Amino acid sequence: MQKTIKGKAHVFGPNIDTDQIYPGRYLELTRPEDIAAHALEGADPNFMRGMAPGDIVVSERNFGCGSSREHAAIALKHAQVGAVVAESFARIFFRNAINLGVPLMVVPGIASKVFPGDELEVDLAEGKVQNLTKKEMYRGEQLADHVLEILAHGGIKPIFRKRLSREL
Amino acid sequence: MRWLHALEKILSRAAGKKEVRAGEIVNAKVDLAEVNDLYLQVISSFCEMGGTKVWDPEKVAFVLDHYAPAPSIKSAANQKKMREFVWEQGIPHLFDINAGVCHQVMPEAGLVWPGMLLVATDSHTTTHGAFGAFGTGVGATDLATILISGELWFRVPEVIKIRLEGELQPGTMAKDVVLYLISELGTDGAVYKAIEYTGPTVAAMSVAERMVICNMAVEMGAKTSYIRPDKKTLVYIKKHSKRDPVVFDTDPAYQYSDYHSFDVSNLEPQVALPHSVDKSVPISAAPAVKANQCFIGTCTGGRVEDFAIAAKILAGKRIHSQTRLVVIPASQQVLLECMKLGYIQSLIEAGATISTPGCGPCLGAHEGVLAPGEVCVSASNRNFPGRMGSTEASIYLTSPATVAATALAGVLTDPRAVL
Repeated sequence: MQKTIKGKAHVFGPNIDTDQIYPGRYLELTRPEDIAAHALEGADPNFMRGMAPGDIVVSERNFGCGSSREHAAIALKHAQVGAVVAESFARIFFRNAINLGVPLMVVPGIASKVFPGDELEVDLAEGKVQNLTKKEMYRGEQLADHVLEILAHGGIKPIFRKRLSREL
Repeated sequence: MRWLHALEKILSRAAGKKEVRAGEIVNAKVDLAEVNDLYLQVISSFCEMGGTKVWDPEKVAFVLDHYAPAPSIKSAANQKKMREFVWEQGIPHLFDINAGVCHQVMPEAGLVWPGMLLVATDSHTTTHGAFGAFGTGVGATDLATILISGELWFRVPEVIKIRLEGELQPGTMAKDVVLYLISELGTDGAVYKAIEYTGPTVAAMSVAERMVICNMAVEMGAKTSYIRPDKKTLVYIKKHSKRDPVVFDTDPAYQYSDYHSFDVSNLEPQVALPHSVDKSVPISAAPAVKANQCFIGTCTGGRVEDFAIAAKILAGKRIHSQTRLVVIPASQQVLLECMKLGYIQSLIEAGATISTPGCGPCLGAHEGVLAPGEVCVSASNRNFPGRMGSTEASIYLTSPATVAATALAGVLTDPRAVL
């Protein structure tokens, strides 16, 4: 896991549900690159055109609510979103993102402080976000140890792969 | 000694621990893991992690419901791979495209029982709280780790108690109650927590009505929901399952994280306005929008009682000439029962379009997706932008009774006016 993640902010409102992160009409797609092409399309049809790998998604409360579709987390991962920083996350999305190694952080009030395009630096281990453009620092919630451990391995899959190869 | 909630007792049993406490992270053994046909990724993740054999095929179910029957070559190919996996792994519980929506099909098949831990790749798995089960939704990779190990990590949830009292007025349904609750608590009112429903209104509800309020607990962010099993629950379980149910009791001094009490005796039918489930208003305050499509179906509004009230409203009449009514029973058993009772006949004669059991257009995949600018009045559970097709369509969530009344008038209509 990278110690810090640096990228440009894309700012979204509250309750960005997984239908907006990944519209239902594309649920039959299975290749990660095909899925990534539609990341956040329901919230901002131009998101993929305007984003660069490593960019940071910033959102108000309850990001990822609604359907359990893992496509939402797969889309953000393979769109190469650097991290998602929100005022709160819905539970299933939170688990899916951690399992796939997509860094997340809860930062109270962040969506009203960051402007689209601000350069952010996210420090997961320290639980803080630096706004390099505005020269501000926002204190976030530190992830639980077992969650940080999953992220440190790049997600749950490498952990299981290791576990199964030991058992063989 | 610490006071425990029944849900904590279920997790304690599943985790093999004497007791677990809210906030603690535990590894728990799963009693049933269910995968639906949106989730070929489960099999991909299973293989990517080096999985070869499912831990216990008896404890796994696959339900092909979201794309039933397959509307495209791609979804057909996904289903084909899922069937092959099921057969190869010797999984006995395959509910193919002739079965229905997983949350209706599993209880009917006797796979759901009080005190169990049920994990499925569907957010509406909270439905099974109606049976006193700990049911929760996860994504594909979480489910794949269960297929390998039989276990999953859980954060033990705090529990919010919602007490309901008062008798519902004719024309007001369980769906109206839960839409009202969501508007009161908000779409993130219960994130990472459980919701327990209790009180005389809940005791008076049928099993199907309880499934509705538990189903939509996830729209408040809840991880799971719970209704203490009573005689009605046990009668249902006995009818469908061979299991001896174990009912865990919540200790009398258990500390809920929050408590709400509502009197629903004057509750009007509710309408959740676009595009958020918590934007409910009483129907008297809702705009009389013209409905291009009306939809009765899904794991929320597709049960026998839902078609009973729709048939009562529509029998011998004709839906408005400028609307359409899509009707999709939640399961084959529901469809058969509705045929026996004459509801399907009445609805077809009134002008309804009937599709075979499954999730239908609820998630915008097929069987009635919406065009830009169209309005749908729906008995389903989500009105997010683009949920049922175009992001420029609008979805109004109501009870099945309100959908039927709306189909009749062509505009959003209070069912009490036509009952």
